[in-house]
Amino acid sequence: MLMARIIPVLLLKGSGLVKTVKFKDPKYIGDPRNAVKIFNEKEVDELIVLDVNVSKENKPPQFNLIKEIISEAFMPVAYGGGIKSIDDAKELFGIGVEKIVINSYGIENPSFIKKVSDVFGSQSIVVSIDAKKNIFGKYQIYASANQHSCVYNPIDFAKIMEDMGAGEIFINSVDRDGGMTGYDLNLIKNISESVKIPVVACGGAGAIHDLEKAVKIGGAGAAAAGSMFVFHGKHRAVLISYPDQKVIKKMFI
Amino acid sequence: MGNVGSIENMLKQIGVEVKISSDKKEIENADKLIMPGVGSFDNGMSNLMNLDILPILHSKVILEKTPILGICLGMQLFTQKSEEGKLPGLGWIDAETNRFNFNEEKFNLKIPHMGWNTINIKQQNSIFHKQYDESRYYFVHSYYVRCANENNVLATTQYGIEFHSAIVNNNIIGTQFHPEKSHKYGKRVLQSFLEI
Repeated sequence: MLMARIIPVLLLKGSGLVKTVKFKDPKYIGDPRNAVKIFNEKEVDELIVLDVNVSKENKPPQFNLIKEIISEAFMPVAYGGGIKSIDDAKELFGIGVEKIVINSYGIENPSFIKKVSDVFGSQSIVVSIDAKKNIFGKYQIYASANQHSCVYNPIDFAKIMEDMGAGEIFINSVDRDGGMTGYDLNLIKNISESVKIPVVACGGAGAIHDLEKAVKIGGAGAAAAGSMFVFHGKHRAVLISYPDQKVIKKMFI
Repeated sequence: MGNVGSIENMLKQIGVEVKISSDKKEIENADKLIMPGVGSFDNGMSNLMNLDILPILHSKVILEKTPILGICLGMQLFTQKSEEGKLPGLGWIDAETNRFNFNEEKFNLKIPHMGWNTINIKQQNSIFHKQYDESRYYFVHSYYVRCANENNVLATTQYGIEFHSAIVNNNIIGTQFHPEKSHKYGKRVLQSFLEI
């Protein structure tokens, strides 16, 4: 039987990994090569690596570093950050990246999603949507590279991206980021009921039952988390962890 | 054609010499062949034609019986035809490639079939003989293979229907899942293939 995926999300800043709270206050948590090696040993279902700096600085992906990071990662790795051309995508797939994640660039250039999916297939492209509540409590898309909210609401945008050929929607709640108090299940449910493609839930997971809820209540095909897999205890000491396969199996079967 | 970097990464870790090639001489000299493939059926077939490597593949695989492993689309290309395209397949295995069809409410399944799933081994073979009990494999596909003859079915997997997730015809082997993305479980599959 197909199992829902549990996916650690790693944020790359320069040559190090960081973890944010509400997309702010990046805290250094370690070396990416080392972290990915440990996640590989723990046999994680999949990994998502997002460079949070390159788009802001208008730089291309750090191809050499990405290559080093994933050369011994024997699971699917999705990478996002600074991808702006078919050539960027091609280079990443050549290195061994399984999927590319498009965020800001997809907001400005929706047709780029179509271009990538026409060339490489829709399974190779994940559209990432950062959702942030406005002062009226309504969700809007947040363009993290430019640090401003857009007029789109996440559901409409997810549908447009599906039509353009996105293979998955990665939905992240900015307000829940790093809080470890649980996902915004309504947001996840609204998105997964509006699209036919798999939805990856992110933002707020703090415990194993949060992952379960994202799948069973939210209808997500995958539950992703950052803090939960890199911090330990109330003092947020850095410790990489991942649930045992037996625990995951029990949760989903 | 598609994502070969990760196959190279895993084969290097296993410790064999690997060449990513569409060069006739290099294909001629290979002890084992792997045909990966992500993308569409017709795109895959027309690549093989445009590269002009169909004759050398035929002589290596059909005449010399060199072991070949097709992964994902690579395996689908071994079949007669696919609902995804108009071009004929290689026809090395009497099988067809069809699209998952989950229109009925009862299924409630997403396409593609994406993620980790298990396989049911259907016959004694040299590819899965050393697998772990808890083996699981990474799949990502919208089309599946159906063999005409049961003796070509190595393993099946359940996703709405029971489809053929690994197939065989003598030296020709195919897996719908990605061994190169499937941790030690997939590594065993590749190692076993290299030991044939």
